[in-house]
Amino acid sequence: MNKFSWYEAKTVNEALEQVNATVSEVLASKAPDESAVFKSGGVDLLDMMKEGLVEPKKIINIRNLAGLGAISYSQKVGLKLGANVTLAQIEADPDIKENYLALHQAVAHAGTPQLRNMASLGGNLAQRTRCWYFRSLDHECLRKGSGTCFARNGENEFHAIMKNGSCSSVHASSVSTALMAFGASVEITGGDGKSRDVPIKDFFVSPGDDSSKESILESNELITAVTLPPVSNKVKSYYIKQGARESYDWAIADVAVVLEMSGNKCKNASVALGAAAPVPIVSEAASAALEGKGITEQTAGESAEASMKGATPLSKNAYKVPLFKAIVKRAILGTI
Amino acid sequence: MDTKKIKLPHGIPGHNLKEVEREVPVSEPPAWPVNSELKFVGKSVKRTDALAKVTGSAKYTSDIQLQGMLYGRMLRATYPHAKIRSIDTSAAEKLDGVYAVHAFKSVIGMAQPQSDGNQEAYPDVKFAGQPIAGVAAITKEVAEEALKLIKVDYEYLPFVVDLDEAQKPEAPIVFQTDVEQEDSGGGGGGQKGLKTVGNVRGPSTSSFFGGPRGDVEKGFTDADVVVEHVYKTQVHTHCSLETHGVVVDWRPNDVTIYASTQNTNNVRHEFAEMFDLPKSKVRVITEFMGGGFGAKHSLGNFGAMAGHLSKKSGRPVSLMLDRKEEHISSGNRPNSVQYLKIGAKKDGTLTAIQQKSHGTAGVGLGAGVGRIAQVMYECPSFTTEQYDVFTHAGPGAAWRAPGNVQGAFGLEQAVDELAEKLNMDPLALRDVIDKSEVRKIERQRGAQKFDWSRRKQPGSDTGIVKKGYGVAQSTWPRFINLNSTVEIRAYKDGAVEVRSGVQDIGTGTKTVLAQVVAEELGMDVEDITIRIGDTLFPTGPGSGGSIVTGSITPPARNAAYKLKLQLFDQVAEKLETEPSKLSVSDGFIISQADNSKKIAIKEALKEMRTEQITTTASRSDDYGGFKMGTFLAHGDLGSVQFAEVSVDTETGFVKVDKIVAAHSCGRPLNTKHVESQINGGVIQGVSYALYEYRVMDNETGHQMNGNLDLYKLPFSMEIPEIESVIIEDYAGRSSTDAYGIGEPANIATAVAVANAVYNAIGTRIYELPITPDKVLKALNKT
Repeated sequence: MNKFSWYEAKTVNEALEQVNATVSEVLASKAPDESAVFKSGGVDLLDMMKEGLVEPKKIINIRNLAGLGAISYSQKVGLKLGANVTLAQIEADPDIKENYLALHQAVAHAGTPQLRNMASLGGNLAQRTRCWYFRSLDHECLRKGSGTCFARNGENEFHAIMKNGSCSSVHASSVSTALMAFGASVEITGGDGKSRDVPIKDFFVSPGDDSSKESILESNELITAVTLPPVSNKVKSYYIKQGARESYDWAIADVAVVLEMSGNKCKNASVALGAAAPVPIVSEAASAALEGKGITEQTAGESAEASMKGATPLSKNAYKVPLFKAIVKRAILGTI
Repeated sequence: MDTKKIKLPHGIPGHNLKEVEREVPVSEPPAWPVNSELKFVGKSVKRTDALAKVTGSAKYTSDIQLQGMLYGRMLRATYPHAKIRSIDTSAAEKLDGVYAVHAFKSVIGMAQPQSDGNQEAYPDVKFAGQPIAGVAAITKEVAEEALKLIKVDYEYLPFVVDLDEAQKPEAPIVFQTDVEQEDSGGGGGGQKGLKTVGNVRGPSTSSFFGGPRGDVEKGFTDADVVVEHVYKTQVHTHCSLETHGVVVDWRPNDVTIYASTQNTNNVRHEFAEMFDLPKSKVRVITEFMGGGFGAKHSLGNFGAMAGHLSKKSGRPVSLMLDRKEEHISSGNRPNSVQYLKIGAKKDGTLTAIQQKSHGTAGVGLGAGVGRIAQVMYECPSFTTEQYDVFTHAGPGAAWRAPGNVQGAFGLEQAVDELAEKLNMDPLALRDVIDKSEVRKIERQRGAQKFDWSRRKQPGSDTGIVKKGYGVAQSTWPRFINLNSTVEIRAYKDGAVEVRSGVQDIGTGTKTVLAQVVAEELGMDVEDITIRIGDTLFPTGPGSGGSIVTGSITPPARNAAYKLKLQLFDQVAEKLETEPSKLSVSDGFIISQADNSKKIAIKEALKEMRTEQITTTASRSDDYGGFKMGTFLAHGDLGSVQFAEVSVDTETGFVKVDKIVAAHSCGRPLNTKHVESQINGGVIQGVSYALYEYRVMDNETGHQMNGNLDLYKLPFSMEIPEIESVIIEDYAGRSSTDAYGIGEPANIATAVAVANAVYNAIGTRIYELPITPDKVLKALNKT
């Protein structure tokens, strides 16, 4: 790991004054020589530094910024999670488990207990893909500025089966899958001190649009909170993750389902898929297949089928299609 | 040699236990009875070093801190095949904090060409990860910075890393001439003198058990049923908790090496040879060892580099590999593609076994599939052709039952399939074809514990998640190393110290030595201090081949016995009897004629004429002789393992719910440690069955999952319930009659899982690991 200086930021403004690059910019050699980047939990950044992928000159510790570590919930306003809230905090919160079950389940299956103690929600959203070509110093891949996606015709068993025409990596945040299904918003604070709310579906950047980054975050911006809309008692949710291992692993496939029921019928549905495409997606077809219908083996199965319509698996990941179908169906049935 | 006749327990208690009379040298101690009549041996005794380990006071190689110590790091090739035109280390040498830089003129741990006509200045790069140069600096960080300053001028050459591609005529050639590889004191290497055509070396058609037998063609003609398939296994990397590494402290008069090694003796040997030093000037110390599965017998390039750097800098150098280096360079279990054909008569009797295999140990040798198909079952005809295929990938190494785990995956699935074709229960077929008495009992007792009667017809379980039950078994030779010596010192203050160069790689060697000596001396286990893992002490065996317990515990007992006789001589007069009429019990030397005449052993020690007495014993020949040479004892180490799995037929994921592992290791010395070894072997077997595989990128020649995030080891949720059935299997061949368990514990697991998966879904998976893509494909779902 390279030598770096350390700056302990106390306020959001102070942090924004110090920063001059995103980690993605450092990685794509688009950062100033004296690069200064944010570190929250440090899970992803330190991994990349140990690998030698990035060598920032200054680390701005935003772990202890005032006011970003709280969870607030009310039935009327919904849920607000400070960017420095740890995954462990979310996992332990009874209101979240009660009202946003899929989020609780997604968080509880992320990383290990030790990692969840360190990992912040903001860092989880801003982390980079775990594609093994991307993470290898020996591979100058598409996302790191070359024209080549090694995974496309290479080792792609864990890669994307949809929207995988340019880069076929998948986003590493399985927490995002649940946030997508709930229609969360990401609060981003800019260098001018003003903040804006971005729907989470607009937060992620597809590689077809810009392969050098996975979120819209600019170098002078900081995630300060994530908000979830209020849910009535008619809203049911469920989340399932399948990794190579059960104990701790990245998702090979994960799904979050949020259903707003009206009597026995589903009024609104949101079926979100992680590790299917380069960014988390809401499957419109799978969601539509449930709306206006009761939740049964039959309708869940139809939605699961619809979720994989148009899938374009690569040489080694066709198995992810039936896998997704199975867990989509189970997650839908899990809500009842 | 004067001999005497002694009667020893022979057979399996509860089955066929009897006594056998053997003529043994007079210096051998009397026979021990079966374990139930002993005080410490055969019991569950906690590790003597448990407290040191759990409190962290145990110092492993990476914990060693010496005054002025430097940290070494190595520069590794980032391209799989190249010539090195030049190496410029000048900038690295000038960096502040750098004390020594060295570029390799030769590398070890891989196959070596026999005719080195035009020796280049630097060895050709033959795999991505091959070490090229190294730096010693005041910190690891400075050393790594210096590595970046080393300029290597490469001439890049075409490469091949895939087993199938490497066999094609147009494939880039790894070795232009015939090659050989010495084994590293723990197996590995390959049969000598075989020819290489293209990248394919072999075939090896024989083992120390002999060559082909019978008439295979006639065997298949005589067969009523034949099973014939190709089975494939993956490359499995070494993931010991502690990585490979050393601290070399080169001083003017001698060199001390702290090593994470399975073989202190071999590291000394290799270091002394490489640096042209007498063995008396090289000391290797392995006080605590964080695990090894076969790749840690050698000095390694890291050890050689640390030697060069310490010699150049005049300071101790610590060089530990990181996890990526461990994956790409430290030795792996080669993959295999095995063709296997077995014929049998209607009653199950085997008529022929034919085996042909290809596997790649990268730039190394040793990709055969072992001897298991040759020796486990009675079959009149057998042939094997085993080929090594070279690729531009990291070398293979000995790896927990080399070849046999791969070979078992084919053989034991074929036998399972044969049973089905013959409409026989898999256990019933093995009762017909397996002549091993101990495995018969293991099948019986294991099946009972497992409740084998739960097993239904393949694929007949209803529901989405299907249960399956399978069984597989293994054999492993009883290897002995006569080069196993123990010294025991007793001091006036009552202290007793056991010394040997043998290392404890975490399996409990220290504790069983203490148990054996305590049993013989009538003292407590806590009274015995064990000092091993140091070549200043008498030479011990390497920890490979499951050889240690059977080799080192008999001399430990015999040295203790000698010591006891010396004490008897000393106190006989005082106890008014003959030395031969004395015995020990609960810390006392007692007159057999009159129990009231006794003296505490510690009191007896006080009366010694010198401050300390020493006895030494080396491993004696097996009672009644060996089966072969002086390395192979009669009998084998049998195991039968039962697996219960759940297969999700929609997602393709397999979960191993339970393994019942029935094992024998002669006289078990410590049931807790035997169980621990079985647990470890089973966990590793489950991992081999379902999770671990090296992912090589064919286009760039790099391993893609060279870390513990992407290389999937099992964690707590993946580990099944494990139950051990330990069979006492007395053979009366040495003064302890004990054998190892490390390798047998690992052989049968993966194929038992595969057979259970078949039983669950009714479709066979012929390739490891059994990942969801293969299951879904087998179920026609992709």
